[in-house]
Amino acid sequence: MKKLDRKQMAARVARDIPEGAYVNLGIGLPTMVADYLPASDKSGREIIVHSENGILGVGPKPAPGAEDEDLMNAGKEPVTLLTGGAYFHHADSFAMIRGRHLDFAILGAFQVSVAGDLANWHTGGADAIPAVGGAMDLAVGAKKVLVMMEHLTKSGESKIVERCSYPLTGARCVDRIYTDLAVIDVKSDGLHVVDLVEGLSFEELQRLSGVPLKRLASAA
Amino acid sequence: MINKFVASPEAALADVPDGATVMIHGFGNAGMPSALIDALIAQGARELTIVNNNAGNADSGLAALIAAKRVRKILCSFPRQADSWHFDKAYRAGEIELELVPQGTLAERIRAAGAGIGAFFTPTAYGTRLAEGKETRRIGERDYVLEYPIHADYALIKADRADRWGNLTYRMSARNFGPIMAAAAKISVVQVRETVELGELDPEHIVTPGIFVKRVVKH
Repeated sequence: MKKLDRKQMAARVARDIPEGAYVNLGIGLPTMVADYLPASDKSGREIIVHSENGILGVGPKPAPGAEDEDLMNAGKEPVTLLTGGAYFHHADSFAMIRGRHLDFAILGAFQVSVAGDLANWHTGGADAIPAVGGAMDLAVGAKKVLVMMEHLTKSGESKIVERCSYPLTGARCVDRIYTDLAVIDVKSDGLHVVDLVEGLSFEELQRLSGVPLKRLASAA
Repeated sequence: MINKFVASPEAALADVPDGATVMIHGFGNAGMPSALIDALIAQGARELTIVNNNAGNADSGLAALIAAKRVRKILCSFPRQADSWHFDKAYRAGEIELELVPQGTLAERIRAAGAGIGAFFTPTAYGTRLAEGKETRRIGERDYVLEYPIHADYALIKADRADRWGNLTYRMSARNFGPIMAAAAKISVVQVRETVELGELDPEHIVTPGIFVKRVVKH
């Protein structure tokens, strides 16, 4: 099979974001989706990226030397502002999130359960210093929560689980999971496989995942 | 004549007592009022409760305040960062208490304090360990967690421009927590890049009206 690398995963997610969408990209892998969202798309598709720290219309990374320490994304990396972008304060920013104005939150995850529970903020280690940021607000607030993660842990265990063993970020909040192996919708009657990477059979994905999957008629 | 301009950061913070609750504006370094934090360190107040999104980066600003052992407790959403070593050390040594608050709940608790709201229900953190022990309620089809406002004695803010009435504008994403912290604190102290004559700020563009501001220092 041809596992997707991180860039291919980002491109796969970006493909599904429609014209006119307001999108928040989590720290890490989800931030890479920005590289494949069209500010620059030949098709003219316009998508507006939100950042928790008070930006709508986040643009690409600035050219070296053009960074401005007052213009950062939520990961504290320098960014630019698209023409038409706006700045606002934190309470307004989270009103956009909690008030169900954002179309998509794209988040990384340690685990997602079959019920759509999300665990992405804490490994549960007694010695770990906890940090949550805006993840819990995004999990309950966005109209659609999309998760991006590797399908398996480094030791080969499925990150899609019957029940999360890590502390939850939100309960029953995930709508769709994008992994390096598949795209899976989380629905009230279970997990539906929407897409598989080239050369991977449904049966093999089922074996690797360890939780019951349903096959969509359109999936290979 | 109203004049909120103060001569120096030191003069603006001379009355901060031990045990005060101090909000510090900024998201990482964007909006962090470094000159005011340096003045607070020099002033010497101890046992402070600090409210900020983070818990200090590298060795300056809030990180320096923590390194100087002036902070008893911190309320924040994201303390752990690659360069949060002063907080990490103090936390592991049991020298600093952490109240971890989801970022939107942190913003809303600050906003609520400034707006005179007694408490509010938010869906954020329902069913997670950050809601353990908190009152919850089902309203309509959703479950909510009861959260209380965060009031402060002081807010330390960095803005871009101010006039002598304390009207403020900010710059880019350095606005972040400034407007809501200004409203939530009894005494808001603002560090600005530029002071201007009354009337120079376009009334349509003033972000924080001077009613929320007590002292302004150019730095």
